[in-house]
Amino acid sequence: MTYLQARGVVKAYGQTPALRGVTLEVSEGEILAVTGPSGCGKSTLLHCLAGILRPDAGEVSYRGQRIDTRSEAARSKLRRTDFGILFQFGQLVAELTAAENVTLPLLLAGTGRREARSAALSWLDRLGVAELADSRPGEMSGGQQQRCAAARAFVTEPRVLFADEPTGALDTLTSEQVLGQLVRLAREQHTTVVLVTHDAQVAGYADREIVLRDGLIDQTGLGLTTPSGRHAR
Amino acid sequence: MSTTHVLLGLLTEGPKHGYELKRIHDRWLPRARPLAFGQVYATLGRLQRDGLVETAGKERDGGPDRTHYALTSAGRDALDTWLGSVETPAPRITSTLLAKVVVAVMTADVERARDYLIAQRQAHIARLRELTAVKADPAAALGDVIAADFAIAHLDADLRWLQTTLDRVTDWHREVHP
Repeated sequence: MTYLQARGVVKAYGQTPALRGVTLEVSEGEILAVTGPSGCGKSTLLHCLAGILRPDAGEVSYRGQRIDTRSEAARSKLRRTDFGILFQFGQLVAELTAAENVTLPLLLAGTGRREARSAALSWLDRLGVAELADSRPGEMSGGQQQRCAAARAFVTEPRVLFADEPTGALDTLTSEQVLGQLVRLAREQHTTVVLVTHDAQVAGYADREIVLRDGLIDQTGLGLTTPSGRHAR
Repeated sequence: MSTTHVLLGLLTEGPKHGYELKRIHDRWLPRARPLAFGQVYATLGRLQRDGLVETAGKERDGGPDRTHYALTSAGRDALDTWLGSVETPAPRITSTLLAKVVVAVMTADVERARDYLIAQRQAHIARLRELTAVKADPAAALGDVIAADFAIAHLDADLRWLQTTLDRVTDWHREVHP
């Protein structure tokens, strides 16, 4: 079943095109890697799919319903209820403890404080950082912060997890451990994942890969151009 | 790979017979070509002749006699020398992949070179994905993980080189056929 769909998505920042007509489908439970060189539009695509950005043209659908036409408030609600988002730098709130950070999405969704804390502790435990529940981000390593951020992304049990270079700031071994946990949990939860990365080794964790180049999906994966300089299709 | 030195290394834990050495070798180096029994015994014979191992008793366990072999001090010295010597960084310039890509792009048949490179990239990515699954399995043995890491790092390097080559070829074509 198609879970997420983009059709002819176009997005520009001022005069600079970021996406020039991207069409793709993501199946339920699939782990899709979106790769490509810096500036190819992969983060913009993730933001459009997650409803953070509204495309200039084209459509984005989630479970058969268009989301790009919804109001900011409706898309924001969708991100709280159905989507989990994980960025390269966990973006934890520095003043809050790990447990408080992880409870935030639940509190915003109206869950009671006690229940939210219990769920947060459970997810911190599943990501192997239960002992850091009362620590603040400044007291943690990068890998520990990303695990807490992953716990925060998973705590609402999202149907789709959007991860943008989730291990880009980590060393190789820590990256591997965090990715291994992310993928294992996603499979256990049957969570659909859109994983943006520039790293082929990270993409190796996905079921499928699409390559973006200059705002378009590059079917060849190699950015091959014909002698006339146009992209091979 | 030096089977001689790997066998010497396996004997540092204590005397072992040929079958045990083969079994442990295949477990430690699961991605290497499995050792043939004949190769194990032939290597042990040479090591014994050269004074690097010695027999250390026989064992009979309902079957034929099994001779145990132990490391001698000369064998330990040989192993230490091997472990202490730096391997020449392998430039891999004899790679079939390199030869094929060079031939493909130099024949000036752009379509054919492109098809080959696309197929090669897909094969590399499929293998990378398989090895990642091996590595990500929580039950994977350390030997499997280390061997998968090695293969993945080389596949990743090949992929980056394929991409760079394509970029170079594209630039070259743009200059030659503006």
